[in-house]
Amino acid sequence: MEQLKTIGRELAMGSQGGFGQSKEFLDLVKSIGEARSKAEEDRIVLSEIETLKRRIVEPDIPRRKMKEYIIRLVYVEMLGHDASFGYIHAVKMTHNDNLLLKRTGYLAVTLFLNEDHDLIILIVNTIQKDLKSDNYLIVCAALNVVCKLINEETIPAVLPQVVELLGHSKEAVRKKAIMALHRFYQKSPSSVSHLVSNFRKRLCDNDPGVMGATLCPLFDLITIDVNSYKDLVVSFVSILKQIAERRLPKSYDYHQMPAPFIQIKLLKILALLGSGDKQASEHMYTVVGDIFRKCDSSSNIGNAVLYECISCVSAIYPNAKLLEAAADVIARFLKSDSHNLKYMGIDALGRLIKLSPEVAEQHQLAVIDCLEDPDDTLKRKTFELLYKMTKSSNVEVIVDRMIDYMININDNHYKTEIASRCVELAEQFAPSNHWFIQTMNRVFEHAGDLVKSKVAHNLMRLIAEGFGEEDDTADSQLRSSAVESYLRIIGEPKLPSLFLQVICWVLGEYGTADGKFSASYVTGKLCDVADAYSNDEIVKSYAVTALMKLFVFEIAAGRKVDILPECQSLIEELSASHSTDLQQRVYELQAIIGLDAHAVECILPSDASCEDIEIDKNLSFLNDYVQQSLEKGAQPYIPESERSGMLDISNFRSQDQHEASTHGLRFEAYELPKPSVPSRTTPVSLASSTELVPVPEPSYHREVQQAATVPSSSDTGSSEVKLRLDGVQKKWGRPTYSSSAASTSNSSSQNTVYEVTPVDGSSNVNSKAREASYDLKKTQVEISPEKQKLAASLFGGTSKSERRASSTGHKVPKGSSHVLKSTAGSTTDVLVEKTTPVQPPPDLLDLGEPTLKDGPSSVDPFKQLEELLDPTQLGSSANPGIVGSTSAPDIMQLYSDKPASGQSGGFMYPSSSNRSDDNLVSGLANATTDSAHNITAAAHPSQFSKGPNLKDSLEKDALVRQMGVTPSSQNPNLFKDLLG
Amino acid sequence: MIHFVLLISRQGKVRLTKWYSPYSQKERTKVIRELSGVILSRGPKLCNFVEWRGYKVVYKRYASLYFCMCIDQDDNELEVLEIIHHYVEILDRYFGSVCELDLIFNFHKAYYILDELLIAGELQESSKKTVARLIAAQDSLVESAKEQASSISNIIAQATK
Repeated sequence: MEQLKTIGRELAMGSQGGFGQSKEFLDLVKSIGEARSKAEEDRIVLSEIETLKRRIVEPDIPRRKMKEYIIRLVYVEMLGHDASFGYIHAVKMTHNDNLLLKRTGYLAVTLFLNEDHDLIILIVNTIQKDLKSDNYLIVCAALNVVCKLINEETIPAVLPQVVELLGHSKEAVRKKAIMALHRFYQKSPSSVSHLVSNFRKRLCDNDPGVMGATLCPLFDLITIDVNSYKDLVVSFVSILKQIAERRLPKSYDYHQMPAPFIQIKLLKILALLGSGDKQASEHMYTVVGDIFRKCDSSSNIGNAVLYECISCVSAIYPNAKLLEAAADVIARFLKSDSHNLKYMGIDALGRLIKLSPEVAEQHQLAVIDCLEDPDDTLKRKTFELLYKMTKSSNVEVIVDRMIDYMININDNHYKTEIASRCVELAEQFAPSNHWFIQTMNRVFEHAGDLVKSKVAHNLMRLIAEGFGEEDDTADSQLRSSAVESYLRIIGEPKLPSLFLQVICWVLGEYGTADGKFSASYVTGKLCDVADAYSNDEIVKSYAVTALMKLFVFEIAAGRKVDILPECQSLIEELSASHSTDLQQRVYELQAIIGLDAHAVECILPSDASCEDIEIDKNLSFLNDYVQQSLEKGAQPYIPESERSGMLDISNFRSQDQHEASTHGLRFEAYELPKPSVPSRTTPVSLASSTELVPVPEPSYHREVQQAATVPSSSDTGSSEVKLRLDGVQKKWGRPTYSSSAASTSNSSSQNTVYEVTPVDGSSNVNSKAREASYDLKKTQVEISPEKQKLAASLFGGTSKSERRASSTGHKVPKGSSHVLKSTAGSTTDVLVEKTTPVQPPPDLLDLGEPTLKDGPSSVDPFKQLEELLDPTQLGSSANPGIVGSTSAPDIMQLYSDKPASGQSGGFMYPSSSNRSDDNLVSGLANATTDSAHNITAAAHPSQFSKGPNLKDSLEKDALVRQMGVTPSSQNPNLFKDLLG
Repeated sequence: MIHFVLLISRQGKVRLTKWYSPYSQKERTKVIRELSGVILSRGPKLCNFVEWRGYKVVYKRYASLYFCMCIDQDDNELEVLEIIHHYVEILDRYFGSVCELDLIFNFHKAYYILDELLIAGELQESSKKTVARLIAAQDSLVESAKEQASSISNIIAQATK
């Protein structure tokens, strides 16, 4: 190890003039480090790209130079810029015989290329050759690339060789071959399905590393097909047992734990195998119990294994003893100070709760603490737990909490998720209709357009269909309470579009159904909406259709329709709208209003949105009309398929349809024959699938027209024309607003076939009462002692919870938290965390920390250096615990105290004089390097000790200065041991 | 499975990126921007985990450098935290008290080491010794290839004469 370190050190810094790269490259890295802004960084990188573009194509570049260029390309790409011009050179480099260059080439291609890149075909041949190499390092390098770059098509090219390598004498090669096969399996299971037995064989490999690697593919295989691996349960258990008994080589120990990573993998596999299988699970109980006992719960890795044990225990056939052990661990996690452990505890609780719900009650206060924790991650995890334990008794509290939280977050991804969870819970457990409507309103109001439109359609359906019970009065209550709340909400500013669509639809369908609100009141509100959201055509379409329905219901009920002036003006305005869909709706509205009561009742029966629509696709009711026209001498209709000579619309349309669904250019002709087949078939499947989805989708318009022609008795000719227009628009542009607007026309015109249902005149909804009860609930939750109440509402009855709460209070072993704290303190990572607040790590690039002393000081810096290197001091700083807090500042002090002594010194520390010190590195390489630095560096070249080391830092500093990479005093962090 | 590994400095500068799942260059930039915004702003005492786009990102800070790994929803966060630590320990052994500067100038070496530790997003080797031995073997080959090296050792030699 000592030797390795020396090599590493030497490679890293000693040889090749420092870091092994040319001055130019070091300058690049330096200037990037010094860049103050992203824009400046981009500028530097762009000019670097220009340089590389020029240089890389020069003839006869020395190999070393070329290698560096490739590494510079990697750097450029790493910073997020496009280095694709150099990919081919990286590929070329993989062909080189020199391992050093080959390795660089391979590294670059794995970083540059994705598995579907065209250049991969050029590497396959080299990989094939390298896999056969005598040098196992070359084989390893090739296998690394195989794992990353070989795709489905190229698997057969390397598969035989990879399989052969499974029997290679070097364990490193066997291991990588296993991982490569695993990758193949992930990409194309069929290609390696006949080789699966190899994984079983490798499980018995002599080398624990290979065995550990084999667990990865086995885990995947077992996930898919548990039953064919049941026979391995005994083997897995015995391996796990051996590991737990420390029979593996010492080198697999990690922080005093025997091979914890392999243990975790095995526990995961056992969880799969034991799930729902009592017999298999019984094999596992002993060993899992052993691990529970042996795990060192003071180290992070020990807790990782413990967590995996809990996951395993909660997945396999339950065993009371193990569940108890798991519950104990969870309790310890939850009581810990570490947020990480709390998080894991909450997660574990969520797993265990399915088996023993009472565990959660023990920890209710801890759970609520987590729920109120400022840490977002923890909070979300807790919501996940609550989501899992929602019942009809606590749904109100939980959903309420979720929505409160949802309102305050910005993360759209999570907002969508939590909104859909709220909806799901509300649909599943809603205690009452009113609560349901209220909850949905809040979700829509706040999560806005993030809610999937499916949710909105569900809501509409639910309101239309009711909760499925045969109780009609309950359904009409639901509707009228919905109408009432919507009429209240509708005036609020900036409602999300989706919510408005729901509101409009419900108001149109049921706004006047209970007779509580007059048609003119509701229509007035709808007009307001259409006015206020004049940019949103979908909402306007919904509003217009709702208006139409309301008018029709009025006519059908025999009342006189009085169209409000603002409504009239809206209709006029929209009849000249740019959106053909809106126009059509308005014209339909005007036409229908003119009809008599009987006719409108047939067109728009009330409350018939749930009735099935029968579509006569043959349009047989038009037969008479067609016959008449033919008699009058009209041209007969020729079906599209028979129109051979005319290259017109049909071709145009089918092509257009094809294009619309595959998005733009067609590549089929140029591609390999294989992939072209699926791409030909996709349009068909797409088209057919969209027909079923009631969601406004741009690709939907074709069917729209069909549906629209049925109820709106407009003649077929005009709709034909429009169809073509649509097609043209789609051909030249992306599917745009007109088509999406058209799609809504469909979704609402679906609602335009109806049947008459008795109008429920009396409403027995008392909104005030509802509101009051709602408030009551809220206050119940919030009275003091708040938390306990909350706990009670979440976990059960109040009295019970109080008893529980107090009992858990007693149960806490007093010492346990202390023990945890003190032991945790000994681990390094905690130490890092603990020390950071005390001594805030100065920024690499932050300005002005007042450690600098301006002007040259008279202290001899090298004396100081030497003093620092004094053996006695070294001895005192050997304790890694102290270094972080005590000696590190010393180093900084040292840097900052360096005077600008002499020419070279002054040149090297410009930052100390001009204070433009957000330099990672400042000053250029100086030929006249201080020999004193070299002496310090050379004085102890061979004695390296483990851990944070003053000397190391000094050496690095010295070397770096020599390189011209001078740290300003503000950036000692660069030199700070990562593990310090 | 680990989807990607990121090393970001406290200023949000990228020190190393490794992608095990396909991401286009554009997506990568976006991911880095998004994540560094989230992670760098988190307080020191909070969880080392962040839920992000249906994945989880486990991160740990070492001096001024953040090591981040993105994993699946059902992976074990504590384990990944230890994989990070494992990687840092190996780096530390290799470079001898590794610091950020080592990684800045030797990022390709950090990649080589990572390649021996993780493959295709899975931990392939959990023994530090084995990884170290492999890297040393690779380097010893490299060693023979570079002769014009050691400007520093020359200078040192001269200086100590």
